[in-house]
Amino acid sequence: MAWQDLTKARTTVPLYNARVQISLRPSVLDPAGEATRAAATRLGVTGIKRLRIGKAIELELEAADRATAEAQVTLLSDRLLANPVIEDWSLELAELN
Amino acid sequence: MTIGIVIFPGSNCDRDVHWALQGCLGRSTRFLWHEERDLKGLEAVVLPGGFSYGDYLRCGAIARFAPVLEEVKTFADRGGPVLGICNGFQILTEMGLLPGVLTRNAGLHFLCESTPLEVQPGRCQWLANYHDGEQINLPIAHGEGRYQLDSEDMKRLEDNGQVVLRYRNNPNGSVANVAGITNISGNVLGLMPHPERACDDVSGGIDGRRLLAAALG
Repeated sequence: MAWQDLTKARTTVPLYNARVQISLRPSVLDPAGEATRAAATRLGVTGIKRLRIGKAIELELEAADRATAEAQVTLLSDRLLANPVIEDWSLELAELN
Repeated sequence: MTIGIVIFPGSNCDRDVHWALQGCLGRSTRFLWHEERDLKGLEAVVLPGGFSYGDYLRCGAIARFAPVLEEVKTFADRGGPVLGICNGFQILTEMGLLPGVLTRNAGLHFLCESTPLEVQPGRCQWLANYHDGEQINLPIAHGEGRYQLDSEDMKRLEDNGQVVLRYRNNPNGSVANVAGITNISGNVLGLMPHPERACDDVSGGIDGRRLLAAALG
């Protein structure tokens, strides 16, 4: 391996793509979801039994390894992106390079 | 003997609180920019209403990380009186100074009206000038004021006498008609109605006066 490659190998930090899906906990009323469901019926789309509105947050982050990336996004989701009193979240994590 | 009024980017009731405290009640006030950390000489702190940081993510979620709030938390933990009105209440819940969370009104509409309330002051310092069961009217102005807490924690809140202000008409679908709650020691109050808009005779009611007057004991 040439010396340039060794330098490159040492300085490249893995990049991860994270997608945090936030949904209202089942016990929490979702008036916006209910209004959307009513509108769907007026559009002519029938048979919708449940419609809940959540949000998705996508981010890319550098981390030494997958476990570190997961720990960082977990902290972020628990403390900032979601409010555990009313929301649940799930994570999809993929390495980009 | 000065009361601090915090200003976040997006606060819009800071001047109203200033007018109520200084103009109507003759109290000395000092504005605190969200990046300030100096609370020296303050007897009480008010987090006013508005849309701090655009209410991005959730109401109060970004404000929670403002430098001034680290100091406000220390101030509150030491027993200092802290009042959160509307967006200020939302911020207090996001900070963890008060339990629960304020969510979208059940009817989806932004509500701007006078609401009938019942006061159960308990040991809440801010409500010491009201008698138990007193009925008052204060204006509300919010889109996200539906108080939410799971039933177990709600029971604890009720058992501790922390629900100090209830709607008599429940305009937004709050659990147990909650309009305002206090912390265990009674020095922190969060409420959705706006007492500062009910201090001046020209505003159609002065039921909020005694609440703000309590700031300095």
